[in-house]
Amino acid sequence: MTPKNKTELASAISGQTSRRDFLKVTGLVGGGLALAAAAPGWTQDTRKLVGGGDLNAYVQIRPDGRIVIYSGSPEMGQGIKTSLPMIVAEEMGADWDDVIVEQTTEVDTDRYGRQSTGGSYTVFLNWQMMREMGATAREMLISAAAIVMELPREELRAQDSRVRHLLSDRSRSFAELASLAQEQPMPNKADLQFRDREDYRILGTSKSQVDSLQIVTGQGDFGIDTRVPNMLYGSYTKCSAVGGKLVDANIAELKALPGIVDAYKVPGNGDVRELLDGVGIVGTSTWAVFEARKVLKATWDERNANKDSWAGFAEFASQQGDIGAEVLYEQGDVDGALEDPNNTVISSFYEYPYLSHLCLEPMNCTAHYRPGKNGAMDHLEVWLPTQSGPRFQTLAKQRYGLEKDQLTIHVKRMGGSFGRRTSGEYICEAIELSKLSGQPVKLTWSREDSMRHDYFREGGFCRLRGAMTKDGKLAAWEEHTIGTAVDGKPSRWTGVHPSTFPIATSAHARGSLTTYPMDTPSGPWRAPFSNTHAFVSQCFINELAEAGGRDHVELLIEMMGEPRWLEPKTFRAMNTERAIGVIKLAAEKGGWGRAMPAGRGLGIAFYFCHAAHVAELAEVSVDDQGKVTVHKVTAAVDVGPIINRSGALNQVQGSIIDGYSAMAGQKITMEGGRIQQTNLDRYPVLRIDAAPEVDVHFIESDYDPTGLGEPGLPPLAAAVANAMYAATGKRVRSMPLLDAGYRV
Amino acid sequence: MTRFTFNVNGADTQVDAPDEMPLLWVLRDLIGLTGSKYGCGIGQCGACTVHLNGEPIRSCLLPVSQVAGQTITTIEGLAQGSELHALQQAWIDKDVAQCGYCQSGQLMSAAALLRRNAKPSDADIDAAMVGNYCRCGTYIRIREAIHAAALSVDATAKTGAQS
Repeated sequence: MTPKNKTELASAISGQTSRRDFLKVTGLVGGGLALAAAAPGWTQDTRKLVGGGDLNAYVQIRPDGRIVIYSGSPEMGQGIKTSLPMIVAEEMGADWDDVIVEQTTEVDTDRYGRQSTGGSYTVFLNWQMMREMGATAREMLISAAAIVMELPREELRAQDSRVRHLLSDRSRSFAELASLAQEQPMPNKADLQFRDREDYRILGTSKSQVDSLQIVTGQGDFGIDTRVPNMLYGSYTKCSAVGGKLVDANIAELKALPGIVDAYKVPGNGDVRELLDGVGIVGTSTWAVFEARKVLKATWDERNANKDSWAGFAEFASQQGDIGAEVLYEQGDVDGALEDPNNTVISSFYEYPYLSHLCLEPMNCTAHYRPGKNGAMDHLEVWLPTQSGPRFQTLAKQRYGLEKDQLTIHVKRMGGSFGRRTSGEYICEAIELSKLSGQPVKLTWSREDSMRHDYFREGGFCRLRGAMTKDGKLAAWEEHTIGTAVDGKPSRWTGVHPSTFPIATSAHARGSLTTYPMDTPSGPWRAPFSNTHAFVSQCFINELAEAGGRDHVELLIEMMGEPRWLEPKTFRAMNTERAIGVIKLAAEKGGWGRAMPAGRGLGIAFYFCHAAHVAELAEVSVDDQGKVTVHKVTAAVDVGPIINRSGALNQVQGSIIDGYSAMAGQKITMEGGRIQQTNLDRYPVLRIDAAPEVDVHFIESDYDPTGLGEPGLPPLAAAVANAMYAATGKRVRSMPLLDAGYRV
Repeated sequence: MTRFTFNVNGADTQVDAPDEMPLLWVLRDLIGLTGSKYGCGIGQCGACTVHLNGEPIRSCLLPVSQVAGQTITTIEGLAQGSELHALQQAWIDKDVAQCGYCQSGQLMSAAALLRRNAKPSDADIDAAMVGNYCRCGTYIRIREAIHAAALSVDATAKTGAQS
């Protein structure tokens, strides 16, 4: 509907009326989106020159000239709330200074598309749609200007939040045109034209993220900061060994404590991603409910609880041979190359630990469950830090029988996620406490809860074998991963992936898997699989280069072979030409081949994942006492055109520091099913004094852009390990460095 | 439960709280100033850093009974009215934050540093900021922003002296 008076206009501007009429967005197979050609149902008699208007689901122009661009994807520090609106603004011809970015107030994938984030996929999946949203708005503004200015459309251009006449100095502001523009026919998607890269004014520049002011003034919109009327503070205590069933707890004693409102024995459904047995406590402050846990005495039946032992897993892995229980991939004649007496064959065993996500904002959720009365429906309102609002809708339907219109979802900014906030248990726990107390409850996990009950990056082992010919060419590649199995099935985060380098480029390659049963929950952790596979594979290439008497960079380039896509059906695949491009650039910019003083070395690593080609070169010194200093990391990155240069640089810098932090000191172990590191005192993290200089170079190839939240991380550990070998002559085949006697 | 009076961001404030309740939770849950963050609860991440009489402290460990009658500044009070602290402006200009969760604490530690050392070196910055963990790894920009803020304060002081 078109606003017919000031009240309706104000209502439309504040987003209270449904904008559903204006544009229908339909999902396509494969996650793509198309604008359905649904012209908005405006009537001619309500035309106004001055006024606000929604041009589509993502764009609204306010009467004061401010352009609201909605962000439909959750923000967790990856910068998506800034980068996606930049794409819209560019196509539209908006002046970025006029743009206000607002988080969408509803989760509605029919209207906004995916609304989940992860896999460094969000830019890739939204690039086309954001361009279409911007271009659609631009064409409608130009149509309006053509009417008002009585000029042919072809002579008009949108720029700096105005539609300008190319042949005179006449122009109209977007604000003046908005109301009329929203009555214009929606252009055909197939007819939309996008701006040429050389004409970009916003894309490729550096923009400070849209919430910078809020963050630096302490007004950031994090879930843990939620405060709503009559809210109680909650905690939820589970068995330290995952799966323990609650037998009893001193509930009466808890309820008598100061600041405690109530306490409950909560039966779970046995699903670690939904609700496990626990003791819920609600009170008047977070501190009160945390303190009450010191008084809590709970008994647990641990007969079916987690009994995992890292030491047991490590012992098992050390006994495994060159080929695993299950060969998952084999190409060419691997055995022939390994047995050829003319070849040099080497074998190495690598280890990587479990890791915690360690999001600095602990898990939390605020929930208000309002039972329907007098025939009304139940309603659930949540303030939710999550990577996927739609996934919560599914959970609410399946577990609580709540339809979308019974849910009010406030998707909150996340204080880090890295793959962690994709599960449902911290949400379900908050909902249970709200149902039991009849009030809104903010559930906050302590740091210890957050580390004890993580979905860890799983640890594992890899035995590698390789053969080099007499003239230094790779003759065979073999990797045997010793990973985990959950309920008898290999974990999703382990295994052998034929599309990964160097299996994908090797004529003779074999990958096999042996699994060990582990009940410790695992999940995606920044660049899952890649973050461990890059370490073992790219270190071993360095070992092979040495065995074959080859320069590492030359060998890498040779292994890439002819320019080609390794999986022709998708352009998210690895391209050997792009790979060579980043390897050469990192080597050149980082000064590969320079003479180094004693105790100092250079190391390089390449990895492809998340549609990104990344090479990193590390300059590292190790002193006599084993003190490691990473002086500088040079990164070369090809993710296509850069959207927000500042954000892109920040992601690569941060990925490198995060990768080094994990490599240097982090290791989660478990015995008797209990996690042994539950706070920073036993889980060392990298501090500012050990942060290296990072020099980033982008190759802005003409392919569609893709995300940078993850792919900067995987090559780092291998680059540093290879540099440490160059510096010391000692191989680094396990992480973290602190465990191997180094200091950082 | 005791009634405590202290000054928070320039305003005299009264709260009723147990003596041993850490200042962090008094600020966040009782007063409603949520800019100071809970990260570890054991004084090792620095997300809860506030100023007590101008000195940076970890509010997650400090009992409220020890701040009675004293002066607290939190991230919400770092700006002078609508005028941002030079560090806040530098943090925006350098686009320091990623997730942003640790940045309140980073800024409070940095502000204390600049007060006692107007032109810190990289080593000075590292020494002052080593207790503030950033999970996203924004350390490089934190260094840059502190240097930029120091320069801007210096430039402002010089301009002021000339005029």
